Amino acid sequence: MIETRGAIEAGKLNVQTVSKVFRRDGRTVRALDPVSVTIPEGRLISLIGPSGCGKSTLFNIIAGLLRPTTGDVLADGKSIVGRPGYVAYMLQKGLLLPWRTILDNVILAAEVRGVPRRESIARAQPLIARYGLGGFEQHYPHELSGGMRQRASLLRTMLYDRDVVLLDEPFGALDAQTRLLMQSWLLQIWSDFRKTILFVTHDIDEAIYLSDEIYVFTARPGRIKSHIDVALPRPRDQDVVTTASFMGLKRQLLDLLNEEARIAERQSSML
Amino acid sequence: MNDAEPTKVVDDVVDDDEAAERRVRRYSAIWRWSLGAGLVVAWEVLTRLKVIDPYYFSSPFTIVNTAYVAATQGSLFVDIGYTSAATIVGFIVGVTAGAVLGLSTWWSKVYGRVSEPYLVTFNAIPKLALAPILIILFGIGFESKVALAVALTIVPAALAAYGGVKSVDRDLETLLFSLGASRFQVFSKVVVPWAMPWIVSSLRVNIGLALAGAIVGEFIASRYGVGRMILYAGQIMDINLVWVGVVVLSILALVMYVVVMTAERYLLKGMLHGSQLSTQ
Repeated sequence: MIETRGAIEAGKLNVQTVSKVFRRDGRTVRALDPVSVTIPEGRLISLIGPSGCGKSTLFNIIAGLLRPTTGDVLADGKSIVGRPGYVAYMLQKGLLLPWRTILDNVILAAEVRGVPRRESIARAQPLIARYGLGGFEQHYPHELSGGMRQRASLLRTMLYDRDVVLLDEPFGALDAQTRLLMQSWLLQIWSDFRKTILFVTHDIDEAIYLSDEIYVFTARPGRIKSHIDVALPRPRDQDVVTTASFMGLKRQLLDLLNEEARIAERQSSML
Repeated sequence: MNDAEPTKVVDDVVDDDEAAERRVRRYSAIWRWSLGAGLVVAWEVLTRLKVIDPYYFSSPFTIVNTAYVAATQGSLFVDIGYTSAATIVGFIVGVTAGAVLGLSTWWSKVYGRVSEPYLVTFNAIPKLALAPILIILFGIGFESKVALAVALTIVPAALAAYGGVKSVDRDLETLLFSLGASRFQVFSKVVVPWAMPWIVSSLRVNIGLALAGAIVGEFIASRYGVGRMILYAGQIMDINLVWVGVVVLSILALVMYVVVMTAERYLLKGMLHGSQLSTQ
């Protein structure tokens, strides 16, 4: 039965009725209600929703780090449940190994796969400059600014060289200015590499500016509340945020999210 | 108004942190050395004036003379070599074995939880009390001194490594797993470097413990070593020679401490992280 569904909803990535239930302090917590998403190849798709809505849980499942309670994740028609390494996954905090130089952090994925150091450095070197990290190869992460650290983790994620890339709030901790720069720059990278990108964010503007499609999640237990196509022309620049169609989408998303944010707030105040 | 006169620089008022730091360093060096020299001179003078009894407290001159005799006619250098070798071998074996033991707890939560109370208990036992047993087990030769040094150092090293393992950032492990890393790769690329500062911080204490272990081993039964020399000197009431032993051991301890401190800096190069610096 799963096969037939896969055949109908052909996509790069098919998330099929995936749900997750945790048990915590003897209580059962539904982190994620059944979610089905089809991700076509080469698109940039955002997931947006209140905090604790299970977006990160879904990412962990797609990344093969967490097993879903129900459902399946298909990549090119094959199940990748419980098998890490199919997608490139940039975790929320960016996470560079503090005892490694930027260069050694960036080539970490290749090192894990056993690629000779020489070879992976040769591959990374030209990109390091493009990621605005030129001259900092031998620096340690704590010597870099937050934006540079995020770019280094992003470069590491890209160098992992998977067709599908998951980014979990990659710019969440950055100040507004840096954030705008990073967004434009991500679009650039995306059109260069032609990857399929799944992007989690809290920021409505960011979601609209970057995405082809947006999935809005409900408060916990998370499920898809609505699916919005972003029909803004590409390539986009920052000016797009002042256009009427951008505003319309923003209005729509604000309404959808306000409701959920209120529910999420009630949930957290009950704790 | 715009081109106001440049502020007059009054040299004494300008804050110069580097100059201040240099001053502090110079003064502390001067005071350090003069305090040491002063103590030695006072010791010499007070014993000569018989304010303190030179029979029990010897004097710097006598100690140097006795040391010279012990070095030229006795076996002082052999003893120093013996004690140093036992200390260093015991330290390396004990710390390595302890670190391996502590790090191994990462592989199984159950195993880690089971071993923790035993490590803590063994740490609380005064290991020197085991000395007679270790001497019987390993004989009166070099091995028993090493065994004592190991017995003293292994548990602190294991506990330090275990502490490091317990504090490993789970997100870094997740990151490695998300890159398709094997458990062994996570262990070698995340767990070991993460726990390194913990292990290294136990080295300074452990070098002192290793030395104490070696000396106590020599006290109990040995043919060589500074510890044996002190015991022998005490038995024949040669208090000057006891003092030579004490001074030699102090210098030995100091040298080893400095070596370990230098090694620390090398081992920790670039290894300081979240727990030492501010969290990202």
